[in-house]
Amino acid sequence: MIVVAATAEAIIAAREGSLTRDQMIPLLQEIQAAEGFISAAAMVQVAEALETPVSRVYGVATFYNQFRFAPLGEHVIEVCRGTACHVKQSLALAQHLKRRLKLRDDGNSADGLYTVVSVACLGACSIAPVIRLDGEFYGHLTTEKLDALLDGVEAGAEEAA
Amino acid sequence: MKLTINGKEIEAARGETVLKAARRAGVDIPHLCSLDWAPSPAASCRLCVVEVEGSPRLLTSCTLEVTDGMAVRTHTPRVLKARRAIMELLIASHPQDCLSCVRGGDCELAALAADVGARRRRYVGAVKQHPVDISSPALWRDPDKCVLCGRCVTVCHDVQGVGAIDFTGRGFTTKVAPGFAVGLNVSECVYCGQCARVCPTGAIVERDQVDDVVAALADPDAVVVAQVAPAVPATLLEGHSKSEGVRVMLERLAAALKRVGFDAVFDTGFAADLTIMEEAAELLDRVQNGGVLPMFTSCSPAWVNYVETHRPDLIPHLSTCKSPQQMAGALIREVYPRHADLAGKRLVVVSVMPCTAKKSEAQELSDVDHVLTTRELERLWGRFGIVFDRFTEQAPLDAPFAEATGAGRLFAGSGGVMEAAVRTAAVMAAGQELEGGPKVAEARGAEGVRRFTVTAGDARLNLAVVNGLGRVNESVDGLLAPEAAVHFVEVMSCPGGCVGGGGQPYDTDAQAVRERLERLYEVDRRSRTRRSHENADVQALYEDLLGRPLGEVSHRLLHRTYTDRSPHRAAV
Amino acid sequence: MNHSELLTPCCPRCRHTTATPCVDAIACLDHGPICHDEEACRRERATRLERARRGGDGMTLYVGAGTCGRANGALTVIERMNAYFDRQGLRVPIVETGCVGYCQREVFVDLVTADGVRLSYCDLGPETVDEFLQAVFGDGELHNRFLLGRYDDPDDLYRGVKPIDETPFFARQTKVVLANCGVVDPASLDAALAAGGFRAAARALVTMTPAEVCAEVAASGLRGRGGAGFPTGQKWKVALDQPRSQKYLICNADEGDPGAFMDRAVLESDPFRVVEGMLIAAYAIGATRGYVYCRAEYPLAIERLGEAIRQCRAAGLLGKDILGSLVDFDITIKMGAGAFVCGEETAILASIEGGRGMPRPRPPYPAVSGLHGCPTVLNNVETLANVPSVVDNGAAWFRDLGYGDAAGTKVFALSGRVRNTGLVEVPVGIPLREVVYDIGGGAPAGHHIKAVQIGGPSGGCIPDEYLDVATDYGTLQELGAMMGSGGMVVMDERSCMVDVAKFFMEFIRNESCGKCTPCREGTTRMHEILSELTERPVGDDLRRLERFRGILHLEELAETVKETSLCGLGQSAANPVLSTLRFFRDEYEAHVLESACPAGACTGLRVFDIDPERCTGCALCAKNCPSGAILGKRKFAHSIIVDRCTGCGACADSCPKQAVLAVA
Repeated sequence: MIVVAATAEAIIAAREGSLTRDQMIPLLQEIQAAEGFISAAAMVQVAEALETPVSRVYGVATFYNQFRFAPLGEHVIEVCRGTACHVKQSLALAQHLKRRLKLRDDGNSADGLYTVVSVACLGACSIAPVIRLDGEFYGHLTTEKLDALLDGVEAGAEEAA
Repeated sequence: MKLTINGKEIEAARGETVLKAARRAGVDIPHLCSLDWAPSPAASCRLCVVEVEGSPRLLTSCTLEVTDGMAVRTHTPRVLKARRAIMELLIASHPQDCLSCVRGGDCELAALAADVGARRRRYVGAVKQHPVDISSPALWRDPDKCVLCGRCVTVCHDVQGVGAIDFTGRGFTTKVAPGFAVGLNVSECVYCGQCARVCPTGAIVERDQVDDVVAALADPDAVVVAQVAPAVPATLLEGHSKSEGVRVMLERLAAALKRVGFDAVFDTGFAADLTIMEEAAELLDRVQNGGVLPMFTSCSPAWVNYVETHRPDLIPHLSTCKSPQQMAGALIREVYPRHADLAGKRLVVVSVMPCTAKKSEAQELSDVDHVLTTRELERLWGRFGIVFDRFTEQAPLDAPFAEATGAGRLFAGSGGVMEAAVRTAAVMAAGQELEGGPKVAEARGAEGVRRFTVTAGDARLNLAVVNGLGRVNESVDGLLAPEAAVHFVEVMSCPGGCVGGGGQPYDTDAQAVRERLERLYEVDRRSRTRRSHENADVQALYEDLLGRPLGEVSHRLLHRTYTDRSPHRAAV
Repeated sequence: MNHSELLTPCCPRCRHTTATPCVDAIACLDHGPICHDEEACRRERATRLERARRGGDGMTLYVGAGTCGRANGALTVIERMNAYFDRQGLRVPIVETGCVGYCQREVFVDLVTADGVRLSYCDLGPETVDEFLQAVFGDGELHNRFLLGRYDDPDDLYRGVKPIDETPFFARQTKVVLANCGVVDPASLDAALAAGGFRAAARALVTMTPAEVCAEVAASGLRGRGGAGFPTGQKWKVALDQPRSQKYLICNADEGDPGAFMDRAVLESDPFRVVEGMLIAAYAIGATRGYVYCRAEYPLAIERLGEAIRQCRAAGLLGKDILGSLVDFDITIKMGAGAFVCGEETAILASIEGGRGMPRPRPPYPAVSGLHGCPTVLNNVETLANVPSVVDNGAAWFRDLGYGDAAGTKVFALSGRVRNTGLVEVPVGIPLREVVYDIGGGAPAGHHIKAVQIGGPSGGCIPDEYLDVATDYGTLQELGAMMGSGGMVVMDERSCMVDVAKFFMEFIRNESCGKCTPCREGTTRMHEILSELTERPVGDDLRRLERFRGILHLEELAETVKETSLCGLGQSAANPVLSTLRFFRDEYEAHVLESACPAGACTGLRVFDIDPERCTGCALCAKNCPSGAILGKRKFAHSIIVDRCTGCGACADSCPKQAVLAVA
């Protein structure tokens, strides 16, 4: 908690002098990029820095899909649910992930290793169905390819351990 | 410029919206999200759509500004169909517990639904399922009943400058809530209740204490007394002939309250006069002995909450005087048992207030047991079968707190505390009346911040009136600046003062508040005594009990302390 | 590359510095030096230009490393190449480009031969790159199985190789916006300059008045490519005529339409064109500040655009007194935060100002009162990317590009059940069938096209039999679709149109900002009704009745949402429902009346049965059933409890004896 607050403080301090209301979203994005999520403490600090009510910062943060308020799993999987992906059975991929990773309602796997989120469209329709795993795109997927991908991730994790 | 509304030509001013122009022309266009006294309508409810010649789309009349030659049709078949469809959508996700809803029978949404003919529940599907927030001593929120019109958010941010609640989430799960969706009690909310006054449904309401009062009245071991704030009779006069004054209404109220079982009814205006004695003395003490200046009034509890939660740095500037409600409560407990034989029964003090923040104040300082807002008073009448509109009995108010001067009554309006205070302070400081008589015209008016100087003899006081919490932020630095040398600042939380309080009747009309203010000025003008220190009851009280303003007994009964409550620092 | 070699003075007689190019700096690229006459300088400039054009002096490799290329392993391909060259002791520069549009056949690798001819190879990947390298650099076999075609070859050196624009995918395309995509190094200002960049901006800033630029663009017939199709020049003129000193230009790169990715591709592959378009637009309206509002899902686009802006700034093409014209303009990138509605122009404004991206009513239009109340022009990426060509080649040229009355080209993102997926740029007005069949290659083998979804969640589904219509704004609208941003998702007989309508309604319901009643509540109700249709009716008669009533309400709800919503998102939210109802009513009827999905796509309507003759009682199906709907004793035939079955098909997939059959 204290570490988080310190990071937010540093990020805010770095922008000292140019702190206007239109910095709210960039600030939140930067804090999330550094911390993986936005803590309540960070939102309070943003509110104070911008001299705007906490309720407004919270209102803005909860409006946008990008912002998360709890730590993410070690690996983040974004499942594209765009039209082209839907036509090419991305729902089956999502359901497969849900089963394989035993996802809870918040999209986190029971072991905390994965966070799975549905994304409206990743804009890589030509290689549908697509997922993004830790920032890398994987296209033309099937459940078998997905399994192979996850097996690779988990093998890597074991190796590291 | 001229436009036609439903074929009838009317004049309108540049910048006026079609919604307002139509209302002047006697055409009421249903609307939920716009408030005629608050900025920037959201155009979100879509109920106010109209057809405009030359536009293929329906347009929202709340945002549409008139243009010369514009031809508007407000109730065409196309419009009626659209409005009904929108209303059907609104009520589809709305709880169907109207019979037990606190707004039952007095619901703006229900009235609008009737107006647009939404008489069927057409869609079956998801309804909202949010927990009810009963954490605060003043206001309860039931987000399931919220239609997301956004009036409360507008008044909280743009009118009051408090910013305790905002839209959170989005789409169907959008909800109005404090930051982090916590309870109001740990938010920045100051309980001014303006949100509740403008809410068209039961989504934000005062914590209803009618049942508590009814229970106390039924308790054979309780003596139940009431105190009535000056704003209440000034409000209840609405719709009555001009010949009936505030005084008459107050006595009628006293009679009705006694009819339902109250043992005594006091005038909170008395305590207002007392407040002036203490506050004026405190002001002079600070001026003469180098105390913290400027001094801010402390009679508006939402303002006190605001200082404690938003601006704790201002605490040394707050007058230590309790509000009139609390002074009255403390004195009733102290003095009334000597006047009347309680026969060993417990004393229950109920106050009737235009204010929701008084509920939190009462709970905190415990001089008053229950607080009924003007709206709850209506419910109390209903409970006991009193048809107040046709109620003509009158009863005198009870000693020893029956008397209030014109000054005390002015408390209910913005600038009134200031006007009352300088009338007395002039005499205390200079031993002579204000130059130009008791009326302090500079203190009155609708501007958000009014600054002026009064002189009496050698004494000069630099004064300011801040009309509504929303004006605090913009003015406070200037008022605190040493070179401004401001002595005394009145802050009323609600625009217009207590007559526009958060516990007042549901309305979205600024005109009603102006009329209530006029009634206060009228009762002051007609009063025999117009200076608080001339109040005979007050004088007697000082002789019998208090000794002198700021004296030891005063200190115990009539003054208080404040706490830093800035809500989120602790969370970090 | 940190500074522009092309804009570096050729000799001390040049009057400018790299950071402050003079009025003639751009003209000098082609005809320089202008201010002095010196053969050596002329030669030096020509050499530099050629080097920039080829990406080096000898052989150069260009690897398609846009998002799609990377997903197919482009970065690994580059790694392998470097390793190979290290092993072989070769020095061949490798340039990362964006996407040439033919995503289906990524990874693309182009080779600029020693003779300066560019050959294009495709279908490469981590597994095949070594084979390719061995063929080209080991065996000198340029003509190998990966070769797709050749680019300009004036001396006809590679006679046997098909010119790239004669391959079916490219043959019918007219590349204006995409001209440089996948071909020119997106990270090098010099490469952009060598490819003709900033000629138009220089011309506009130096020789034209803002009003003339507006007039030229208006005369070209360029319309907003983001969806609404508002005439661009007209919008600019409104902003130009506002008597305010502070004005803004916003490039809308919040490409949220699922199925559209042309803006991403342009930003990844040719960011300099967008910067140039913005510079011209800003000059035309008098804006000194520009924003690019780009969705956060496009990190590579943001990175490359940021780099382009940085290079332009360093070269004096952004900043103060650009090209000695006294014009000031600079660009800030604003990252979106995940809200589809922020493609709506007033929502973008709210978001840039730091608020919830909720639209506000228009008028006032942003061109009159936009960002911070100042006149603001919002154009999408593709619109702005068209601007340099319009100014460069003139309005008449642009007009002539389109079919009939339509002007210019449109980029479409072709995806779904079609052989060739990717980005295609075609003249506006081209028949849809040509795009889908001639360029796209039609449905995959053994299938047939049922409909083309065009225009994203605001658009509609056009059935195969209507595909001969022209792709212009008016025609598509008449069919209940719209040009939208140009997403084109092809569906074959395996797609259920009720399911597609439900899919879009779910999307819109999730993305509705929640501000106005009809969109917030109406899309929820429509989605519920559609969901009900794609599920088997269970429970009491009342539930069944509701299901039937829903369909009666659906059209009326759609009309209400369309008629009364605040912004474009809501006003067009019902289009997917209305268009599928119009063309595929029979499918709806099958769902309502027979509880059947003719396409077999709605799992909720599928019913399975176990053939007791074939079942061996292995219990695999029961083990795999997620809803516990299968009962049976080991070694005895199992059976399915229909009311518990969700139709997922896990049992059928797991049965080793093919004993589980779909019966409906």
